[in-house]
Amino acid sequence: MAVSKPVAVGPIEAPEGKKLSGAQILCECLLKEGVEVIFGIPGGATLPLYHALYEYPIRHILVRHEQGAAHAADGYARATGRPGVCFATSGPGATNLTSGIANACLDSSPVVAITGQVATPLIGKDAFQEVDITGITQPITKHNYLVTRVEDLAPVVKEAFYLATTGRPGPVLIDIPRDVQTAKTNFGYPKGIRLPGYKPTLLGHQRQIRQAAALIGEAERPVILAGHGVIISGAFADLRELAEKGDIPVITTLLGISSFPESHRLSFGIPHTICSVYANTAVNESDLLIAIGMRFDDRATGKTSHFAPKARVIHIDIDPAEIGKNVRVDVPIVGDVKNVLMSLNKEIALAKHTEWVEQINRWREQFPLTIDTETDVLLPQYVVQQIYGVTEGKATIVTDVGQNQMWAAQYYCYDRPTVSSPLGGLGTMGFSLPAAMGAKVGRPDELIWAIAGDGGFQMNIQELATVVQDKIPVKVAILNNGYLGMIRQWQQLFFERRYLGSPLSGPDFARVAEAYGAAGFRVTTKEEVRPTLIKAMEYDGPAIVDFWVAREENVYPMIPPGAAAIEMIHGPQK
Amino acid sequence: MKHTVVALMEDRPGVLNRAVSLFRRRGFNIESLTVGHTEVPRVSRMTVVVEGTANIVEQVAKQLYKIVDVIKVSDVTQDPTVVRELALIKVSTTTATRAEVMQIVDIYRAKIVDVAPDSLIVEVTGPEEKVDSLVSLLRRYGIKEMVRTGRVAMVRGAAKAATTIEAKE
Ligand SMILES: Cc1ncc(C[n+]2csc(CCOP(=O)(O)OP(=O)(O)O)c2C)c(N)n1
Repeated sequence: MAVSKPVAVGPIEAPEGKKLSGAQILCECLLKEGVEVIFGIPGGATLPLYHALYEYPIRHILVRHEQGAAHAADGYARATGRPGVCFATSGPGATNLTSGIANACLDSSPVVAITGQVATPLIGKDAFQEVDITGITQPITKHNYLVTRVEDLAPVVKEAFYLATTGRPGPVLIDIPRDVQTAKTNFGYPKGIRLPGYKPTLLGHQRQIRQAAALIGEAERPVILAGHGVIISGAFADLRELAEKGDIPVITTLLGISSFPESHRLSFGIPHTICSVYANTAVNESDLLIAIGMRFDDRATGKTSHFAPKARVIHIDIDPAEIGKNVRVDVPIVGDVKNVLMSLNKEIALAKHTEWVEQINRWREQFPLTIDTETDVLLPQYVVQQIYGVTEGKATIVTDVGQNQMWAAQYYCYDRPTVSSPLGGLGTMGFSLPAAMGAKVGRPDELIWAIAGDGGFQMNIQELATVVQDKIPVKVAILNNGYLGMIRQWQQLFFERRYLGSPLSGPDFARVAEAYGAAGFRVTTKEEVRPTLIKAMEYDGPAIVDFWVAREENVYPMIPPGAAAIEMIHGPQK
Repeated sequence: MKHTVVALMEDRPGVLNRAVSLFRRRGFNIESLTVGHTEVPRVSRMTVVVEGTANIVEQVAKQLYKIVDVIKVSDVTQDPTVVRELALIKVSTTTATRAEVMQIVDIYRAKIVDVAPDSLIVEVTGPEEKVDSLVSLLRRYGIKEMVRTGRVAMVRGAAKAATTIEAKE
């Protein structure tokens, strides 16, 4: 079997001041930025890059579709906190990246995408495989560059990594024409950058912080809404300190899962169109929301005019544009979550909200997330619970989108920091396998389980070849219901059960996995779940388990489209 | 209410494109937009007239700040400013109407910059209301072609654009 990249040829002397080609300069810059792996597919417009990369100690992982490269870079970035890098050639290679780039953009993930472009004299002439990728990706990147002179390359790469990883992180794309890759110039990696228009605010404003502390002191029914920003800034301990000191219940957004230990007595689930009743009820009754590193996404709020009607709002975020964008805010604090929480924790007093916490606990008892344990039917929720049981909560879970994602959020108990990599803003089907692959490459010692639906899994199924060739032992659980399940659920509840376009046939996933060279299992009964999960984990390589789950199981509770969070629909009482 | 927002930006490729597509994507109601060089090399100045509430203007500013090359955004609506627009108007004339048109142009302290047998080109500078009222007077003679630059604005006195919108607080 082919190996994707020869063994690294020892440390490269940094030949600063020597004339290098654009391609070599790029590789030198990537080394300086500490890049250890690139996900990509070569093409005519990137061949000089590959020619140069051959000599550098950077691993190249050949994916099977560029969308997979972008998701893998994204998964790598989320798992490690370091920027993920992907390569694609001009034209179709570049356009194939776009779903992955948009996904990274909406989820603030530091991805650096590098594309080849036709030679500068051909730009604008509709040359073979020419697309205006900087134009195409302008609204889905934090910033992007078309490098037209080799002299600009090193400063651009330096800036690109800086922008991708600082402030509110996000994807940055660098488009490099073929002739810029081959042109030569003196190389020296710039020490600093000059970006007069870019100065992220890191420290919160002291006056605002004191105001926030005063509101917290007065509140009787406070709730913390913790988002992705807590994870990005690594503020786990600070969030916990705030919650415990102020005795404040914590609810996490979907992307905020694992920012706060879910077994904690103050942890109360996720407010979402589809999720826990008690979390939504708590938000609805609260008199103070402390929103931390989250952006009041419509999936989290339902109809904003009816969102948290009784509450004053403190909003902490590093991106000033998020504050006041979706809901009105009483105390805005712009800054890095960790810094702000450190200051805020000094200002607040020890408090007790015993009655309020008990009240939410009563709601939790009233509307529990339970599953039917008596039934012989193989329920998807049961599968997720068992994954939790077998992994003892020690796996990183990477989900796809659809019902599978909601069950993975509801029925796995996330207790450690960053043990969940769900996708949020874009909800791109096909995310889980390539993102799990990227996460595994970044954290080889971590056990990674992808949880996908049979629909989403088929959207990037080709990456099975990548995980086999590059020996990336991810584990995948397919919750196979023979439907685009979430679509079917909506059709059932809001569109008169007209199941057009949602019934889905698929291949025998276990045999497909084996055909690719991975281990494949099928599970159709409850008894098989646990032993098969164990087998899949013991297998020394990528393993896929195809769970034939109850076909028409629904996710409850859910908020109907356009409704307020409090109008959610409950499942049949079991 | 109409707001005049002034943004200073690094003159780098794509920055105007970014600003314009941001207005389109976020659905901001832009009435006019002008861009040009400033006294500082490599810094451009954009003047946008945007219709909306104070909240909307705040969002415009914050979203503009997200563009890496945008250095400073100010809302100069409440400041004492000099506001100007320039228009070129090609008016149909006959021997009978030419004198009349020239008289109107005179009253508005506008200029005739081109004369042809059946038309004149009028150049006018001033606040939009002045341009609007001249245009409406000339309309009855027949406007064959017109171009307006949109508003540019500068704060009076020593201060530079005074009310910077602090997206970076
Ligand atoms: C690329 C893409 N296309 C379409 C959708 C719309 N969509 C959202 S959920 C869903 C169904 C997913 O079905 P499946 O992967 O089988 O997961 P399930 O809901 O059954 O768990 C679809 C089609 C999407 N999110 N992404």
